[in-house]
Amino acid sequence: MDELASGIWQAVKLIGTLDPEVRSIALFSLQVSGLALLLAAITGIPYGIWLAFSRFPGRKILIGFTYAGMAFPTVVVGLIVFLLLSHNGPLGFLGWLFTPFGIIAAQFLIGFPVVASLTMAAILGLNPEMRLQLQSLGATRVQISITLLREAKVAMIVAMAAAFGRVVTEVGAVIIVGGNIAGSTRVLTTAIVLETRKGDFDSAIALGVILLMISFSINLIATRLQGKALAR
Amino acid sequence: MTKINEQLLNRLSRVALSLTLVFFLLTLVFSGCALKPERSLVLATTTSTYDSGLLEFILPAFEDQHNTKVKVVAVGTGQALALAARGDADVVLVHAPDLEEEFVQKGFGVQRTFIMYNDFVILGPSNDPANIRRSPDATNAFRRIASTQSTFVSRGDESGTHIKERVIWALAGVESPEKDNWYLSLGQGMGSSLNVANEKHAYILSDRGTFLSRGASNLAMLTEGDPLLFNPYHFMIVNPDKFNNVQMELGQLLLDFLISAETQEKIRSFGVDRFGQILFNPASPDL
Repeated sequence: MDELASGIWQAVKLIGTLDPEVRSIALFSLQVSGLALLLAAITGIPYGIWLAFSRFPGRKILIGFTYAGMAFPTVVVGLIVFLLLSHNGPLGFLGWLFTPFGIIAAQFLIGFPVVASLTMAAILGLNPEMRLQLQSLGATRVQISITLLREAKVAMIVAMAAAFGRVVTEVGAVIIVGGNIAGSTRVLTTAIVLETRKGDFDSAIALGVILLMISFSINLIATRLQGKALAR
Repeated sequence: MTKINEQLLNRLSRVALSLTLVFFLLTLVFSGCALKPERSLVLATTTSTYDSGLLEFILPAFEDQHNTKVKVVAVGTGQALALAARGDADVVLVHAPDLEEEFVQKGFGVQRTFIMYNDFVILGPSNDPANIRRSPDATNAFRRIASTQSTFVSRGDESGTHIKERVIWALAGVESPEKDNWYLSLGQGMGSSLNVANEKHAYILSDRGTFLSRGASNLAMLTEGDPLLFNPYHFMIVNPDKFNNVQMELGQLLLDFLISAETQEKIRSFGVDRFGQILFNPASPDL
């Protein structure tokens, strides 16, 4: 309990003094996770919508694979990305191993199935009449999609929050692909592993508290955005 | 809350979120641009050199002098050499002479240079159930640990420490201790392994540097000084003939830096005021 208390006190100090190292690690974590999430959203949302409305043989199998992506062990994703980006590997020419780009790539692959599956579920949860009505009104596919997404706002925000959660808490893949390099590929989660390894439990707890605070704030904003829709 | 306030708050949240997203995108794009002209090289090294804090102590001088970022990937010696053998590192700093020689023989490493040394120590619970404090050397100590079946924590990660440990077990005539349940093979770095050994009040082979800088409240230094426990660190540049992406000149600059009199003295001074003893001895004989 002593350790926990001193860890929390350490967290207060680090945040209060805006400790530069912690600040840069936190900022960097948000940047890579944010970018990965953005890429996952740009690709995952259209894919999820398409999957909801598509009709073709093998559709169920594709849906199954997309769902499976959500439970795919993230450390294995890290291993696969490492082998792809290694200089020996097929994408070695990119030089992304041990760089932020490698981390973003791994986190994108982790977040994409979550966004896609939950988007599809959100759309399928809507009244099927709605799409027909919009089509009969002459709306374009983009207009239909935007309107449906608005209607499914609550579920969509949950989708993004879930994807964000999976992405920002990832440790294994980020260590394997990023190398936990001080000043360039260290994020909050991997920094916690390092501090624990070094026996610096105070610092580890402090970083954990900061990560919790960030997660909590983002989810609070998400709840706010769901706003009136929740009150219904 | 009145309706207007709620709407305002919603809109503010939305604006705040969009602005934050835009801000983040911009910063990463700009920092990406800023990073490009800066030179960097990847140093694959052991957790013992990194976790002790030595590299953080000596590298900034190099980075400032040459405007080069040294990207340190701290893993076990085995993994460091494996990364280098795939061309994913430019230089290595490791401590497993047999593996290093193999590495050079296979043509993966060049310019193998002795940089510094320290020693391994055998740690264990203060009450010392295997009574190794009495034994004069490491081999004997390990023999006693095996015969009393005392809990022993192993790095188990093909690190320099793990390899030395295997050598001692072999000399002690203990075959495949991994199959015994008093032997815990972790597959983790020195710091983590010390954590576990500390929790379990177990015996463990550690390098002196990490033990001193990390500390282990439940463990004491029971055996030291045996010549078998000598622990030399060597630096190698990955062979540029094998991988065209290797930063040969930067690697050469780092090598020259490490063996310079200034750096060698800095290595020797590391941690002396905090721990009252030398953690890493410089290779240079005249110091």
